[in-house]
Amino acid sequence: MFNYTFQWNQAFNRLPQMLDGALVTMEIAILSMALGIALAILLTVFRLSGSRPLMAFATTWVEIARNTPALFQIYMAHFGVASFGIHFSPFVSILIGITFNNAGYLTENFRGALKAIPDTQGRAGRSLGLTQLQSFRYIIAPQMLRISFLPMTNQMVWAILMTSLGVTVGMNSDLYGVTQDLNALTFRTFELFALAAVIFYLITKTITLGGRLIAARLFRY
Amino acid sequence: MIEIQNVRKSFGELEVLKGIDLTVQRGEVVTVIGGSGSGKSTLLTCINGLEPIDSGRITIDGTEVHAKSTNLNKLRRKVGIVFQQWNAFPHLTVLENVTLAPRKVLGMAKAEAEAIAEKQLRHVGLGDKLTTYPSRLSGGQQQRMAIARALAMSPDYMLFDEVTSALDPQLVGEVLETLKMLAEEGMTMICVTHEMGFARDVSKRVAFFHQGIMAEIGAPDQLFGDPQHPETQKFLANVR
Repeated sequence: MFNYTFQWNQAFNRLPQMLDGALVTMEIAILSMALGIALAILLTVFRLSGSRPLMAFATTWVEIARNTPALFQIYMAHFGVASFGIHFSPFVSILIGITFNNAGYLTENFRGALKAIPDTQGRAGRSLGLTQLQSFRYIIAPQMLRISFLPMTNQMVWAILMTSLGVTVGMNSDLYGVTQDLNALTFRTFELFALAAVIFYLITKTITLGGRLIAARLFRY
Repeated sequence: MIEIQNVRKSFGELEVLKGIDLTVQRGEVVTVIGGSGSGKSTLLTCINGLEPIDSGRITIDGTEVHAKSTNLNKLRRKVGIVFQQWNAFPHLTVLENVTLAPRKVLGMAKAEAEAIAEKQLRHVGLGDKLTTYPSRLSGGQQQRMAIARALAMSPDYMLFDEVTSALDPQLVGEVLETLKMLAEEGMTMICVTHEMGFARDVSKRVAFFHQGIMAEIGAPDQLFGDPQHPETQKFLANVR
């Protein structure tokens, strides 16, 4: 029916290179999550600030991040800004693109988490003499963390998978980029990409399961 | 001493307090009764500054609650409040719920705060629940925890806002017992309540609120036995 001889050795021989690529993939994902969370906190503060320009800025960010293709966001971070004479390396571009996307989704998560906590919690804190900031820090924020923790691990998985879009801006040191280059060398397309897919799967599964374990330890209530 | 002088308060168009005057002496227990929307709960949140007032004056031991120069966070250490919805902090254990404010507001060391919290929790009958999370407690237990949480700040005054209204009937008794105990110990209390038996037993004075006005105030025997205001008579006839 089809005439193809699998040569899995060709792929497995390249496993060390691919695992090096996987490290870069994880590096991008972790950095983009750390920056994304920091920016999402800032955007959430903007949204609650009551200042129209700040609220509009945050809303625009969230709208673009959630309603346009991730590929578009990464393109803009590379080729888009190049039109204005700003040139980023592929690594920086993919990091900016995914961070932008993460921040948008996480801001929406944080908003949902904040809404899920009754106003009376903060009020109870205030009535005990806590300042507004203390109420937030000791009463609201820990509860927000619980609500947004699993969505955050989802976003982390999504960040890992989005790194594959880096090839479109010339990224070749991450897992997908390395696989693409090896494919050009060996033409063992199916084997190489199947192996890459397994590595992706193992990484994301580890994140999901790890997240659940951490959540179970962290949130005992 | 808590002095309330001609306090008015509106939410939008709706005037919920139409000039309230009330003075509560140290050691006194005053209960406030009245129908829904009579303004009695709003008065409590105004007393500890959670709500601003439109005009009038509320002073606590001479400090004007709504003056700009007043440090409300500091003032609230003197005045504990417990709400109908007990607002347990779900992410903290019972002990942590009670130690949070003494540690963060009063700057107490952990061990000292825990000693006080344990004492207060034992006092309200929760000595065996220290490491439990609120979700494992009944409504009555959570409400007693909220009372211990307020008491741990060693307030001079306690405000209780319909603290038994959200409880299953069989849990009301244990919370009322706790309030009675506090009253007997000499705590100054203002209790908004629908529990007429409690109001009669515990209070020195009972105030009846009707549509934002304090229609009548008097000793329990007088107010329940011989109400003067027609609205009080109507209200008491209905709740009996």
